[in-house]
Order: sequence, then structure tokens, then C-alpha cells
Amino acid sequence: MHLSDASTPVLSLRDLTVDIPTRHGTLRPVDRVSWDIHAGEILGVVGESGAGKSMTGNAVIGLLDPPAHISGGEVLLEGERIDHYTLPQMRRVRGKRIGMVFQDPLTSLNPLLTVGEQLEETILRHLPVSRDEAAARAIRGLDEVGIPSAKNRMGAYPHEFSGGMRQRVVIALALCAEPTFLIADEPTTALDVSVQAQITALLKRLCRERGMAAMLVTHDMGVIAETADRVAVMYAGRLAEIGPVSEIVGRPRHPYTDGLMASTPAASAGQARLRQIPGNMPRLGKLPQGCAFNPRCPRAEAKCRQDPAPRVGDADARAACWFPIADTGAAA
Amino acid sequence: MKPLVSVQSLTRVFDVSKPWLNRVIERLPKRFLTAVSDVSFDIPARSTYALVGESGSGKSTIGKMAVGLLRPSEGRVEIDGVDLVTESDPTVIDRIRTDIQMIFQDPFASLNPRWRVRDIITEPVAARGGDVTGLAERLLLQVGLAAEDAGKYPHQFSGGQRQRLCVARALASEPKLIVCDEPTSALDVSVQAQVLNLMSDLKDEHGLTYLFISHDLTVVRHMADAIGVLYLGRLVEEAAPDDLFTRPAHPYTAMLIDAAPKLDAFGREVTPPEGEIPDPIDPPKGCAFHPRCPLAIAKCSAERPTLQPFGRGRVACHRAGEVTLESAQTGPLRARADA
Repeated sequence: MHLSDASTPVLSLRDLTVDIPTRHGTLRPVDRVSWDIHAGEILGVVGESGAGKSMTGNAVIGLLDPPAHISGGEVLLEGERIDHYTLPQMRRVRGKRIGMVFQDPLTSLNPLLTVGEQLEETILRHLPVSRDEAAARAIRGLDEVGIPSAKNRMGAYPHEFSGGMRQRVVIALALCAEPTFLIADEPTTALDVSVQAQITALLKRLCRERGMAAMLVTHDMGVIAETADRVAVMYAGRLAEIGPVSEIVGRPRHPYTDGLMASTPAASAGQARLRQIPGNMPRLGKLPQGCAFNPRCPRAEAKCRQDPAPRVGDADARAACWFPIADTGAAA
Repeated sequence: MKPLVSVQSLTRVFDVSKPWLNRVIERLPKRFLTAVSDVSFDIPARSTYALVGESGSGKSTIGKMAVGLLRPSEGRVEIDGVDLVTESDPTVIDRIRTDIQMIFQDPFASLNPRWRVRDIITEPVAARGGDVTGLAERLLLQVGLAAEDAGKYPHQFSGGQRQRLCVARALASEPKLIVCDEPTSALDVSVQAQVLNLMSDLKDEHGLTYLFISHDLTVVRHMADAIGVLYLGRLVEEAAPDDLFTRPAHPYTAMLIDAAPKLDAFGREVTPPEGEIPDPIDPPKGCAFHPRCPLAIAKCSAERPTLQPFGRGRVACHRAGEVTLESAQTGPLRARADA
């Protein structure tokens, strides 16, 4: 295991910036994003499509598709910089120290290998154990994620599992090398509600039991509210707001967070109309000057259209806004 | 008043057997999948009826049979008193078909990428030789887009805007009934709010009737006047949204409501539901839900419950009304909605 004292965050982003050079200029899908995730903590990352949430996850694990690349900032895993690692170095981090779970469990598994073979391969690749020990660990892994009669299922192929069971296999695969950090990118989006509840409960339990840190990327506010300890809200590649889940859901400061929460049908139960945010998220090449949210913002003033929004709040809970909601609420 | 849509003991069986040669060589019997089984409900004119259920519950199959894309194996769908399958008068068939339109889930797959928006939107009218001058422009304005957009191609629009195009196309022939199959599932939440609001507004303006198919309980609660809950092809409960969400009578409905993630539930310790939807080719005997049901008794595995009136709705359960919601809904959001 890697030595690090308890106060060092498991994952820390320092002004992480990703650039994509194109013929028409450079696009910036991730713009100076910073956050810390501590052991045992689940950080939920929300935002609409194109907000840069998956791109941030891919940057952390070094899976950016060229020409996209990290153009600034740092990624620290247990205090150690990993953003400039070479491909062979990164291969030893991925799977071993950072586990990954993606949206579609069918495309994350090899259809030609049995579940047991895939688990054993991963364990042997990353841990210094014998074949027998790897097989035993694989069975324990399947057992831990709640697959009934794990021993008999080792010889089954991915297509023999249902969607929910397949996602459990993917989670077992992500955790079999005992990583300290897990990235789950829309892990429940392809699943039914009852199965979704099972998978989120499983993720929560595993993080708590293993003291593992996790970054949960999703567009579903409900899943975030139930699973995450802290929430980061992204908009147009920038961090709009970050804070404890109760603050973000209950007392959002950024007008975008507020609009996002209010536009979910659950929040407007009993009302004839849903509250809606006018307009669409701007394209990356056509970001407005100043705060990226200003054309859709009900509180925007001249200042918002000129200068980028300042950070308000402390390291624990902060928003990027000229006129955050809590401030005026206190004044009124 | 006579309902606009009347679905009567609708059943659809699919043949999922292996090819003939395999069956002969491997000595396999034919296999059948009952996707929809004995479903009956009425939709009054100018109301929204929602069908909810998980994957494999048969909700989309019912939608396809309602618009005539699939033939029922048994039972019938009457629209304005006409069953399109048995009706023989071509003028009546043509009139009813004009009254039905559909909106699909994926706005990227349901618009022809080689057609201009004007042609896409006016197609339902042009196909019948109607007058289409200015129609596309008028409809585009109604769904919140610009008249100039008529000359563009679908790829020039975002997901939410494309779904507006689908709505505009559905409105072109001035239908009475629109069947919406997961119309907002592919959209982001803020865009979903825009499209749902648009659909509510248009319903009032045009006096539309919606058959709304979705897996998302919160969306359904917001849109529907009546909700039918499907499990393995059968209607297990039918009620008005407020009754259904506060006092579900069927244990499956209660399980769905409890399992749905809630905004005000941070820190909530969920006991996730047990098990998954069983194999529809070989469903459990008796009540199909009994292997997962916390209230199951011996009778449930032996005898299939029929849909009976219960309170103001209908429910198919031997222990109807005995289930209680796990989440006592007293969170801050609930308080806000009540205020």
C-alpha cells in the first residue's frame, strides 16, 4: 500500500485544465477545476451533457482521446503527481490504484472471456499472488458485490448475466486489485430503478467498508442526493459550485445549481408547471464572455457579462458567482 | 362520456423460438414470450394516461399496438369507437389514423438526417395531399423554435430542440391522440423541464390526449391524470397520481416509489429492493411479483390476482392496500410542495 497520512486527500485536482486543439481554435472542455476527495468519501459530479464531467474523469485516469490533453494544473493521487505519467506508468495506476466503472456494463466486459477469467487476469496483472489465490480472490470479489452462488458463476460469460448483475461484475472487476480510488461514470444510467437502488447502495457500502474514495459522475440529481457525501456541479467545463450534499440540494448558492434542482419534476411536485432554465448550454467554441452561465441566468448583471465569476465561500463549500443566492437572501 | 381510447383485454405474444432447423436438430419446443397480457384501460379525451414499469414490462408494446404499429394477439384497441384492426371502411381508417401521432424516445434516430426540417414537419400532412403552405413555420413558432429553422437539417439542432421538432411533426396533422414513448428520457434535466412544459401547454391549447409511456416516476407524477403500473405485461395497479404516490395499494408500486432516488433523501439508508424482473418467457406462477414481494402468502404463488376496483383506482393483489411506504415522505422538498 502507498503510505500517506490520513489528512492527505486520496485524489486532489489543482486547477486541472484540458485543451482540445482544433482547426478553429482551442476548445477548453475542462477549465481550472480543483477539488479534494478524502478516504471513504463519495464526490458526486453533476452537470448536463457537455459540462465536462466525463472529460474530467478521463483526464484523471489518463484516458483522454488525442488531441485532447491536460494543458495545465495537477492531478495528485495520494499526494503523488500522476498527470505527467507515461503510458506504462499510467497502466500500473489504472486498475491497481484507480478502479473504473462505466455506464454500459456490456461494453466494459470482454464477451469472449468468462467472468472468472477476466477477474483473475486483472488480479494477476496487479497483485503478486498465485493462480489459486487469484481465483479465490475473484470468488470473494463476486461474493462481495452480491452475486449469488459466486463460485458457480465464475465460468459464466457476460451475456449470461442480467444488466444489474453485469454491472455488479464490472464493480467487482474495478475493485479486485484493491484500489484506493474509484471513478464511476454514470454507473446506473442504463439500469432500471429497482436495480439502480441496489447498485448505489452497493457502491455506498463498499466505499464505507474499504475506506475507498470515489468520484461518481452522473446527471441524475436523485442518485447524487442519495449516494454522494459532497457534490460538484459543473457547467461548460467549469466548476459552478461544490459543497456538502445537504448544502447543494437544500441551499444552493449558484443560480445554475438552483435552477437544476428546481427543474427536476420531483422538486415541483404538485405544481402545474416545472421551473425551467431558459436556453441551452453554450457550445465550447462559443462561450460567452464573463461567467459562462450569464445568458441563462436570472440574476445576471453587467459585471457577469464582462469578468469571470469569482470564487465565494471556503475550501469546503464554494461557488463561482458574482451574485450568489445565500448572500442576498441574508441581506433581504 | 365515451373515452377517446379504450383498450380491452389487450394481449400480445411474440414467438421467440429458435429457427426451425435448430428446433428439429436440438429437439426444442417452440417458445413464446407474452409481452402484454390482458390489459384493459380507458383514456378519456383531453387527459393524460401514463404507463410506468421497468424494462420488459410491456409498456412500449402497448404503445405500438395503440397506434397500430403492432397487431394485438388478442383483445382490441378502440380509438373514438373504431378498432383499426377490424375496421373495413377506408375513409374511417384514414380519419382515425390522422388522429393518432407518436413521439419517440430518441430524437436523433426519429428524424431523417437527409431531410430539411420543413419536409420532416409537414410530412404527415403532405402524405395525405394536404395544404402545407406556411405550416412548418407556424408549428416551429408554436414549439418555441424560429420560423427560419425550417430550412435547416436535424443535425443543426441540440437534443432538446430535436425533440421539439418531433413534437411539431406530431402536431402537424392536428391529431387528437399523441402516444409519447419515453419522450424525455434522452434529455438533460433542464431541457426535460422545457419539453414537459411545452407538452402541457400544447395539451391545453389543442385539446390533446396523451398516452405517456415512461419509466421515470417523477415525470409521470408530474404529467399524468391517471397512472397504470405494469409488471411483466400485466396491469397491477391503476390510480390517480396523488393516490398512487401517497397510498400505493400494490407492493410493486410501493417498491418502485421507494426505490426511486429522491432529492431530499441525502444520507438516507436505503434498503434496496430484492431481486430482479423474472424471465418473461417463463414467468412465476400465480402473481408474477410474488418471489420479490414482502407480503407474499401461499395464495399468491398459487392463484393469480385479478384487477379489482380498490379505493378510487384498481389493483391486482391478494393483499391490496396492506403495503406501507418505507419512505415516510416528510422531507423538505415535500414540505415546499405542500406550502
